[in-house]
Amino acid sequence: MSVSLLVAVGVLFAAGTVLLLERTLTRVLLGVMLLGNGANLLVLAASRAGAPPIVGVADPERMTDPLPQAMILTAIVITLGMTAFLLALAYRSWLLTGHDEVQDDAEDRRVRELADRDEGSDAEALEAPR
Amino acid sequence: MLLGAHLVAAVLAPVLVRWAGPRAFYLLATVPAAVVGWAVTHRSGQWSQPWVPGLGLSLAFRVDTLSWLLVLLVGGVGALVLVYCGSYFAPGTEGLGRFAAVFTGFAGAMLGLVVSDDLLLMYVFWESTTVLSYLLIGHTGVDRPNRRAALQALIVTTAGGLAMLVGLVILGEHAGGYRWSQVAAALLDGPLLTVAVVLILVGALSKSAVFPFSFWLPAAMAAPTPVSAYLHAAAMVKAGVFLVAGFAPMVVAAGGAAATVWRVSAVGLGLVTMLVGGWMALFQNDLKLLLAYGTVSQLGLLTAVLGFGTAGTALAGVAMVVAHALFKAALFLVVGVIDKAAGTRDLRRLDGWGRRAPLLVAVAVPAAMSMAGLPPAIGFAGKEAVFAALLDAGVVGRLVLAGVVAGSVLTVAYTARFLWGAFAGRPAADDATVAAGADGSLLVAPAVLAAAGVAAGFGAQGVGRVLSPYADGFRGSADHLALWHGPGVPLVLSVLVVAGGLLLFRLVPAGRSGPRPGGRGYERVMTGTDRLAVEVTGATQRGSLPFYLALILLVLIATAGPAMVAGWPGSTAVRLWETPSHLLPVAVLIVAAVFAVPARRRLTAVILVGVTGYANAVVFLLHGAPDLALTQFLVETVTLVMVVLVLRRLPGHFSQRPGAWRRRIRVGIGVAVGTVMAGVGHLAVSARQAAPVSQAYPELVVPWGGGHNIVNVILVDIRAWDTMGEVAVLVAVATGVASLIFRRAGRLHRRGPVETPSDPPRDEPVWLMAGHTVEAGRRSTMVEVVTRLLFHVILLLSVYLLLTGHDTPGGGFTGGLVAGLALTVRYLAGGRYELAAAAPVDAGAVLGAGLLVAVGTGAGALVLGGQVLQSAVLDLHVPLLGEVHVVTSTLFDVGVYLIVVGLVLDVLRSLGAEVDRHAAAAVAGEPAPARKEELV
Repeated sequence: MSVSLLVAVGVLFAAGTVLLLERTLTRVLLGVMLLGNGANLLVLAASRAGAPPIVGVADPERMTDPLPQAMILTAIVITLGMTAFLLALAYRSWLLTGHDEVQDDAEDRRVRELADRDEGSDAEALEAPR
Repeated sequence: MLLGAHLVAAVLAPVLVRWAGPRAFYLLATVPAAVVGWAVTHRSGQWSQPWVPGLGLSLAFRVDTLSWLLVLLVGGVGALVLVYCGSYFAPGTEGLGRFAAVFTGFAGAMLGLVVSDDLLLMYVFWESTTVLSYLLIGHTGVDRPNRRAALQALIVTTAGGLAMLVGLVILGEHAGGYRWSQVAAALLDGPLLTVAVVLILVGALSKSAVFPFSFWLPAAMAAPTPVSAYLHAAAMVKAGVFLVAGFAPMVVAAGGAAATVWRVSAVGLGLVTMLVGGWMALFQNDLKLLLAYGTVSQLGLLTAVLGFGTAGTALAGVAMVVAHALFKAALFLVVGVIDKAAGTRDLRRLDGWGRRAPLLVAVAVPAAMSMAGLPPAIGFAGKEAVFAALLDAGVVGRLVLAGVVAGSVLTVAYTARFLWGAFAGRPAADDATVAAGADGSLLVAPAVLAAAGVAAGFGAQGVGRVLSPYADGFRGSADHLALWHGPGVPLVLSVLVVAGGLLLFRLVPAGRSGPRPGGRGYERVMTGTDRLAVEVTGATQRGSLPFYLALILLVLIATAGPAMVAGWPGSTAVRLWETPSHLLPVAVLIVAAVFAVPARRRLTAVILVGVTGYANAVVFLLHGAPDLALTQFLVETVTLVMVVLVLRRLPGHFSQRPGAWRRRIRVGIGVAVGTVMAGVGHLAVSARQAAPVSQAYPELVVPWGGGHNIVNVILVDIRAWDTMGEVAVLVAVATGVASLIFRRAGRLHRRGPVETPSDPPRDEPVWLMAGHTVEAGRRSTMVEVVTRLLFHVILLLSVYLLLTGHDTPGGGFTGGLVAGLALTVRYLAGGRYELAAAAPVDAGAVLGAGLLVAVGTGAGALVLGGQVLQSAVLDLHVPLLGEVHVVTSTLFDVGVYLIVVGLVLDVLRSLGAEVDRHAAAAVAGEPAPARKEELV
């Protein structure tokens, strides 16, 4: 584990988190991408640098650990899928509302208003006939 | 066994009802009737079968005197009520099949409850009866009071059941087993026993509608009358009494504080219930409600007598259980007949049914005599026995006796009100009550029940002998049951009770409506819970995504942070860098990430994030991971293209940034998360103790995996399941993207090549098949030429990467991405027509084919006798090509390749071509693709 990689991981996570906490879906998406890169580096940092893990090309003693690589490879491609999906979401949100901001959930807001007014939900519509 | 028969019958019931109408009930009645037949021949028995051995659960059943008695009642009354149902319901009644199924299932659950030897098994049946009774009470389910009553019964009895479960678990865990016998043999003592006893009593009392839980039973009278007759007279409410009777011998024998608490609660609450219930019954005008309050009152009596815990009261109590089941079920059924014939149960509107239906009177009177405790019915024998037993039980017994006598006076009074209200001839308040006479077939069941009550009275001595083994579980000796004990105090009391009751009946005016049913406490609890839920939800579920995420991240910081500090390794060799060449990409990456955060323009931010990705790829390469580097480069490129495809439609700048303090909070959380993650990473690596599992891989991959590229062999062989899951995710993602963009199932065909380009003009050189469809201003011959030259080369490269990936960097993922890029280039150069020309297939078909190949390879290994996804190495000699080395897992990689290509194609078709179409529509002046229709 080297300090340089650790710092890179830390910065990617920090920047990714800040973007993730935004309301703009595009920014959230970029945050997810940064977090993905950070996570990949974090897993990579578990192995020491070395020769490519290809039998016959390098001495097994000098190879880097191949297992983190396999995991990262999977993660990279999953991040691609995730990105595509979030993009589609952002685009759809733009189509529907004219912007790509995440709005507060309407149902949750309704509950919050009920709480502010000190009322019950009447969710149990079976409650005493009114 | 017979339980299984109930289950089968319940499953078949809807079919039978559809086929035979209400007559199916006669057939269904044979099942509980068979139970009676079995019980007559088997007075005791045991049977067990392991169920969940890991939890020590077994399907253990046993029959002793008490449970035998209840088996008889449950089966006998069940059969008779089913027969009654056969003529009670009109053919074609809605929901009759469901009703029949639930009712039969309920009878089975009730049977299971009383014969379970294992307390947990009993609990399962207990809750089954609760749920099924909910369905039965709410059978019509249309009007609100009906549903409300069902829900109320469900909530009260379930809450009690849960309390009981805790009590049972306390006892069972102490005893090391959940059999009745085990629990009795190793009963707890001390305060914990008291706690367990109280909890179990809560369960029993709530089920039997004893004060303070009594309010649910009268409300549950919304149920159809046969349900009331069965559930609320013979079966479900008896479950609580059964539990009290079952535990009484143990607890009373244990003595100490627990026994005192038990007696005070069971007897005290029982008496209160008896008096309150009887008093309420006296004022009811609805005959069914009158019976319901009477039932509450009787259940209080049973609880008190059985909870009292001497041999005498035990015997008297079980005798009363028999009596109550017989007369109450009969009377409920009689009310059902009246209701059906007269169209009302209101005794103010009923007039002179006694004269019109003498048969009905003949059935009702003996049953009512049993209820009032008049000879020769079993109720008289039982009540006399109660009086006698309490007389023998010292001062406490006499106190209780006073309560029971007072309750009995009420019982006589409301019985008189019932008979008078139902049958007496008096001026009618309303002429509309004239209706047809009682249907003879409906009378069979109540008649049998009432006759049984009288027969049991005459045979009281025999009944007593049969039931006496239960009483032997207590100290002291029990008097025998008898119809005629000769003159004595009990007889005097009986006479007094009857006289007092009749006097009381005279004093209560006919038309007075009674006090309202209770249950205000229940309502208060329910609304309170609702309010609490609203407050808690309002406080925590703010509806804001950033708020939730921040909360989650703060929890991460608060939990992982301190743990990290506490576990910080003292001295580990820390290197500044892996290789000095790392430093440059790392520096670039850091700068790009930091500047991406405050960027105001979308494109700037996207490019900066892309830079971190490319820098990552360089780090991978320098680290010794060429596969990763290759994949990362390609993914980053595809991602950039995708993002730009969407961004062209979105506004250029981000919307207004939030206020400064919010930004500071975000940055603060971000820095904390970054620090924690870096620290956790360091900690995790330094904490490593075991040798990496991958150390043996270099020796294994060539002989077993048939490849030299260890990463690829891991992906397609060693950890192929992971890859399988991953490609499945990709397929799901592609489908999700398509459905988000195409918006309507009808348009999903556009994932395929829908536009075919028109023939190119002949007078210019053709570089791309659809080049001419691009607007002149956007066309670039240069791009077209390069695309034309590169496309097939790139495709070839992708196939090469796929096929050699097993030995050199590459594989299905990289190959697929390269092919996807080739398609992207075609799309960018020539638009959506060009894409259709380049890939004349449906993206969904490519995805499906890929998944099929991947799964097929995995399953193929299974067919050939290996494990799923196991690979085999084939060395073939092919003419001309020489030795060909084929590994089956390459086929799996082909599946991966196809899926990745499909994903990219799908993205291009949706985020590219379809978005193009939206844009074209917007330019053409159509309202941006009909927002209203989207929102529907």
